[in-house]
Amino acid sequence: MADKTCELFDSGHRACGGCGASLAARLVTKAAGSNTIVVSSTGCMEVFSTPYPETAWKVPWIHSLFENAAAVASGIESSLRKQGRSEKVVIMAGDGATFDIGMISISGAFERGHDFTYICYDNEAYMNTGIQRSGATPYDASTTTSPAGSCSFGNKRPKKDMPQILAAHGAPYVATASIAYPADLMQKVEKAINTKGPCYIQLHAPCCTGWGFEGDQTIAIAKLAIETGLWVNYEMVEGAVTKVKKVVRKPVDEYLKTQKRFRHLYKPQRQDSEIAAIQAIADRNAEKYGIDIKLPPKKE
Amino acid sequence: MMEMIEGSHAVAEAVRNCRPQVVSAYPITPQTHIVEALADMVANCKLDAEYITVENELSALSACVGASAAGSRAYSATTSQGLALMFEVCFNAAGMRLPIVMSIANRAMGAPLSIWNDQQDSMSLRDAGWLQFYAEDNQEATDLHYLAFRIAEDPKIQLPAFVCFDGFILSHTYEPVDMISQEDADKFLPKFAPAERLDAADPISFGMYATPDYYLEFRYEMDAALKKAKEVIGKAGSEFGSLFGRDYGEMVEGYRLEDAETAIVAVGSLCGTVKDAIDEMRAGGKKVGLLKIRVFRPFPSEDLAKALAHISRVAVLDKNISLGAKGAVALEVKDALYGSGITVRDFVLGLGGRDVRKRDILEIVNQTEKRQGDLFYGLRTELI
Amino acid sequence: MALAVGCRARPGRSRDNRTGSWRVFKPIFDQKKCSKCGTCRTICPEGCINEIEEGVFIPDYSYCKGCGLCAVECPKEAISMTQEEK
Repeated sequence: MADKTCELFDSGHRACGGCGASLAARLVTKAAGSNTIVVSSTGCMEVFSTPYPETAWKVPWIHSLFENAAAVASGIESSLRKQGRSEKVVIMAGDGATFDIGMISISGAFERGHDFTYICYDNEAYMNTGIQRSGATPYDASTTTSPAGSCSFGNKRPKKDMPQILAAHGAPYVATASIAYPADLMQKVEKAINTKGPCYIQLHAPCCTGWGFEGDQTIAIAKLAIETGLWVNYEMVEGAVTKVKKVVRKPVDEYLKTQKRFRHLYKPQRQDSEIAAIQAIADRNAEKYGIDIKLPPKKE
Repeated sequence: MMEMIEGSHAVAEAVRNCRPQVVSAYPITPQTHIVEALADMVANCKLDAEYITVENELSALSACVGASAAGSRAYSATTSQGLALMFEVCFNAAGMRLPIVMSIANRAMGAPLSIWNDQQDSMSLRDAGWLQFYAEDNQEATDLHYLAFRIAEDPKIQLPAFVCFDGFILSHTYEPVDMISQEDADKFLPKFAPAERLDAADPISFGMYATPDYYLEFRYEMDAALKKAKEVIGKAGSEFGSLFGRDYGEMVEGYRLEDAETAIVAVGSLCGTVKDAIDEMRAGGKKVGLLKIRVFRPFPSEDLAKALAHISRVAVLDKNISLGAKGAVALEVKDALYGSGITVRDFVLGLGGRDVRKRDILEIVNQTEKRQGDLFYGLRTELI
Repeated sequence: MALAVGCRARPGRSRDNRTGSWRVFKPIFDQKKCSKCGTCRTICPEGCINEIEEGVFIPDYSYCKGCGLCAVECPKEAISMTQEEK
């Protein structure tokens, strides 16, 4: 493991106070170490970390465009191999760049089997451009392009299952992680980097500005996502789920109530059927991944 | 060594001799023979390169961006729709000052879909900051690849380059070409050694974003680099001439222009047809000449104005059109000749692969002399 | 200073931007309550909490944005947020 005290993502970056993505950048670069080349797509992380001439990156870093981080990384990885160099290639891209506009280049790169680690910091919308919905936006979340209104409950679709899609491409290691559990996140990053082939980590990075909560709650909310089953932390090796974080599950209300993007489900009145639908998503996750800790029956 | 060789294969051999470390391209008619030839070379250990079979052109050039930034000489090839698909990455590669070289087997833009030649594709990207070289024949198409890498990688330039040659007309035609050997190529083109690259030993952030306080100056620097290219082209082109007997030091080239009254300005393979037409007209006593533009970006305004200073009338042949206005070449020629009093007529022709024959050139010169001629030459009026 | 070709930069320049000026609330560290777990240092999004000597964690107020994550996450409630004095 890289030196835990070595900061490879510097202070002075322009992320919002309490930003989950900036914490992700710090933890990922710490886990990856200095012998890493980072490729960023356009997005919050790229913008808050590199307004010329200020850069927060202390590893070699490149931004190209929004949709092509995986393709740029493919070129870097090929070049390094040709030159016989040892640097690891790590992509850090938001959910917009990953789930939507970048699908083609990710699919191509994973199909070709390049040796890199693709890390998606998932804040569940196009945050950099002002909180528009993405393929990662959860069901019923209000965003500016899927707003809640008098005839809408917000985003109509569940999250696209990117980890499964990339596992289906033959990715040797796929994992989900969260800034709520830094040690786990860093371990997974290290594992991915040391696994040959295209590896994918999707890490949950709550956004105080976009989701509507105070910056000091970022980690607490990330924990609630996992505790309610709306986010599952797991690992897949060669396409098979190997490890899952188990929880004593809380009802989804406890998570939804904390964020303004779900406020319309409670005000002016509680939307029982919508909340039930979201509970059903959590229940399906729980069943699919076996996340429920079975408590022994209470003694009378 | 003289070889009777298909244009695409000659280009592929030249590219191989340039020793790219990364080749990343997506097949598209009429460039396919180039990328297939390169794949074959890699498969038979004749080209020591990483060959990335990307899933589309946007990714093709993006992979070149990554490879070039990481310190590898990178190459791609495309045309028409493919070039249009990588529009965004073209601006990006130039702005990031990465000396990628890309062959463009010029082809018309759809819609309507066309696989045949014109120069709309590369002309439409003249704003992007890439050097643009245009080949008259397969000898030039081949030679220009060595020059493109050499000039693009010059520390004074550090900009990517298109090498354009007319699709099918050149790419799929067999011509005698003097092929340079690997050993000789190495004398002309040194190893790619950028001053800065993605490197853990010296971390640099590439492709940052620029606020309004900085953006203009970055664009100025790119323009300044393109304008320095004339000097770099002059040196490299002359050195090429000393080594191989073909001098590429000039951005424009005159043919029987010295005492001409009427001049034709053309780009690419049209020049060959024009030269034949000129020889015929000269035999009949007409004082006509050709000014070939071989380097379109940077635009050789000064050289062009100087070469045409004594001319009375100019006919510009445009295998492209800026719809709603005129052809790209004519617009720039007019700008270069502004204030000279020389009449310039624009002829848009050959679009979508329509054949341009010697007799068309004769007719165009006729029209120019009579101060006649419509913008679209040879329109099939029965279809309108 | 002249522009860097291609809009590039070497590390360190983000430190020119003293984000401590953003603060509305300031974290105050009570070292007596601290269990030296290092959680604050791990989860600070600015990376500005430094272990100045073994087991002693102090924020660099030049960069601390006052987000309050350290205060919420500290298992010993050793960090409290107070209004920044102007």
